[in-house]
Amino acid sequence: MSKTMEPDLHEPSAAIPRPQKEWKHPSDQWLRGFILDNRASLGTLGVFIVMMAVFMVANPTVFTTWYLYSSVLTTLPVALFVVVPLVFVVTCGEIDLSFPATMGFASWVFALVVQAGYDPFLGIAAALVTGMLLGFLVGSLVVYGGLSSLIATLGMNFLLRGLIQIINEGKSMSLTGLADSWAYKIFSSQVYGIPVQIFWAIAFVVLSAMLYNRHRFGAQVRVVGDNPDSAQQMGIDVKRVRVKVFVFVGIGAAIAGTFSVMINFTWWPTAGDGYLLPVLASVFVGGTPTWGGIGTVVGGAIGAVTVSFIQTGVVAAGLSGFYVQFFNGLIIILSLLGHKWNQARYR
Amino acid sequence: MAERLIELRDISKSYGQVYALGGVNLSVDRGEVVGLIGDNGAGKSTLIKILSGVVKPTSGEILVRGKPVTGWSAARSRDAGIETVFQDRALAVQQTIVRNIFMGRELTGFLGWLKVSKEIEEASRLMREIGFTSKVFTPQSIVGQLSGGERQGVAIARAIYKQAELIILDEPTTALSLTETAKVFHFVRQVRASGRSILFIGHNIHHVFDIADRFVVLDRGKVALTADRSEIKSAEDLINFMEDVAHPGGLAGLHDTGDAEGAVR
Repeated sequence: MSKTMEPDLHEPSAAIPRPQKEWKHPSDQWLRGFILDNRASLGTLGVFIVMMAVFMVANPTVFTTWYLYSSVLTTLPVALFVVVPLVFVVTCGEIDLSFPATMGFASWVFALVVQAGYDPFLGIAAALVTGMLLGFLVGSLVVYGGLSSLIATLGMNFLLRGLIQIINEGKSMSLTGLADSWAYKIFSSQVYGIPVQIFWAIAFVVLSAMLYNRHRFGAQVRVVGDNPDSAQQMGIDVKRVRVKVFVFVGIGAAIAGTFSVMINFTWWPTAGDGYLLPVLASVFVGGTPTWGGIGTVVGGAIGAVTVSFIQTGVVAAGLSGFYVQFFNGLIIILSLLGHKWNQARYR
Repeated sequence: MAERLIELRDISKSYGQVYALGGVNLSVDRGEVVGLIGDNGAGKSTLIKILSGVVKPTSGEILVRGKPVTGWSAARSRDAGIETVFQDRALAVQQTIVRNIFMGRELTGFLGWLKVSKEIEEASRLMREIGFTSKVFTPQSIVGQLSGGERQGVAIARAIYKQAELIILDEPTTALSLTETAKVFHFVRQVRASGRSILFIGHNIHHVFDIADRFVVLDRGKVALTADRSEIKSAEDLINFMEDVAHPGGLAGLHDTGDAEGAVR
């Protein structure tokens, strides 16, 4: 039966790939594999180490005192809780600029519940629900409304902040009773001089990194950011995944807002406002590219550490505060150039 | 006689007054590679869309394993094991081979956590099955680093993971070099050896002639020729036949350059 005959005459037989018996296992060269897989975050770590070395040389006395680190470790966790979910959003091919207002809104709900005399744990729960709802609202607006996430979330940021300002007329809330609560001891006190928030933030980063790399959610976020048409064709509910990342930002912003109130015992109507640009910078300094599909949670976290040390470091190194913006910009540009070289293999 | 996997009987599709397909008969047996050839506008893409259930035929009958199927749809097509591999568009190129194979069907355990080592194991099994192995990459390599032919391999492995019985390859070799085309042919032969079927669509007649067991030539919405490999002596016969169909009266003299790649573009 000639039907099954191989038409070998037309075959450039030398070109047939020879089937290999065994894969060259990545663990044969685990160090090389590890470096390749974690290029972006290792690069960010390199930038951070170099920067810190420069600071230490400039002013060894300040950079060897614990107080400096303690103050960074108090405020850094607040940024980490929003940087990490933003890595997911950017990987998914979107952006969310509404998180500062969500931080303010969710922490406002927290402050209201605490001021009304309820347990702070209930306040945290209420803040989380608020964050989820706002995230869902913003996400639905972008995804189902078919709006540009850049503009729509910027609009939502103004809208929600405006709402807070209209109702509170600029007045802050003092929550002095917090200091005696269990919630404060668990989430915001110090253990051997180390602010306890940082442990929660590290746990959050580790869990999110696993979610990103080793969970269906992270896998689908990456695929949707990479090739939404293909994801749709393969049966992934692309819109649902996109809404989910905005909900995740809402949750992170609620935690961040609540932590910032617990640090200061005060809620301001501007709570969260100052985080917009440093947090965005952290995501990109961390090595997550703008085009979607890939990113790094750990890199984003190291980026946040870098950004929060710039300000402290520049001033501590003896330069005036006028230099802070200049160094912020310098670090961002240098990191982007480094990552561009790193990411060449993807494009 | 091999089992008949799918059969289209007298399928027509019209858009208003315009006939895209006018009474097409096409069948694919188990373990067979059918080459579907036709010029632009011959109705190839309409036929693919009907097979994958995206477009419903105006009239005609579709049989799966000898049984007529009513209410043909994308879901029915999937149930019948038909999987279409579109050229290049279907892969997430910044992700690993594993992530592409399991796209939308991740192997998960407790609370949706990925079974990473099981996925790698399963991916390498699938890739070995179609002869898609190499020293330079592993299932964890990034798809963007693979060549065009290897990317087709990823798409084919994914189709097999989805339990495909019939894989429709839409112009799989059109943009590929000879070496890359050879890789795709290698995958196609492995898939056939595993008892699955392939509908290989292309307009490079030399490519289709090299790989198919049976040829179907489509011309202006009708089947102009169905022939077994044994009935056709060379690709030139097929080209001459197609030119006769396209230009009755004979323009064949114009194409005697022997430049196969160019002649069929």
